[in-house]
Amino acid sequence: MTDVRPRIRLPRSAAAGDSIVVKTLINHDMESGQRRNSAGEIIPRQIVNRFTCEYAGVMVIDMTLHGAISANPYIEFEAVVPASGDFVFTWYDDNGEVYTSTESFTVA
Amino acid sequence: MFTRRDTLAIGVGAAAASALPFAAFAATVDEAIAAFTGGAAVAEGGVTITAPEIAENGNTVPVTIEAPGAAEITLLATGNPAAEVAVFKFGPGAGNAMVATRIRLGRTQDIMAIAKMADGSFTSARVEVKVTIGGCGG
Repeated sequence: MTDVRPRIRLPRSAAAGDSIVVKTLINHDMESGQRRNSAGEIIPRQIVNRFTCEYAGVMVIDMTLHGAISANPYIEFEAVVPASGDFVFTWYDDNGEVYTSTESFTVA
Repeated sequence: MFTRRDTLAIGVGAAAASALPFAAFAATVDEAIAAFTGGAAVAEGGVTITAPEIAENGNTVPVTIEAPGAAEITLLATGNPAAEVAVFKFGPGAGNAMVATRIRLGRTQDIMAIAKMADGSFTSARVEVKVTIGGCGG
């Protein structure tokens, strides 16, 4: 996939130890492998099959995605922020490509 | 040269063979559950699925799952060609055990979430979503 652009939404601020809502979106067709082209041949599957999020080196969520996740996968979850640090988001494509995004977060 | 017994055996074999695909299809949900639970008993309750009662577009159905105390959640679409939708594993940095995403549903069906709790037990919830336009690009 060319031009894959992850987007992350974090709250503006949080107190140390709070559980914050993290929203992520990445543009990807998520070709499910169920569709057929006009010639009746199955279009091969190409999806993001795994997503992970770490905060300050600690695993927050590790998600396995199947073909039934919609195009442009949106993933929302909660993370605990004991102190300021970096979020590292990683998406793994079927074609071997890995997309990463890093966001710094500061606790009040 | 076929004896009567042979003919009967062929008939039974053919019937069994033709029944197989249906059996395999029906088993996928159970197989997916068994793969996640390892055959352990699954209780009900303790998991909340929030999804629209009627989804106009099966291509993108918003779903929220909450399961306080869960270590892992698997999401299944019982009426899709492939039942597995996603598996969420919460790490030590996770907050409340909740996730929201958008999924594809091929037709009106039950969606099911099974949570593996921290103590290794399993609990589940299921909810029906009516789909107006299927999302499998058929």
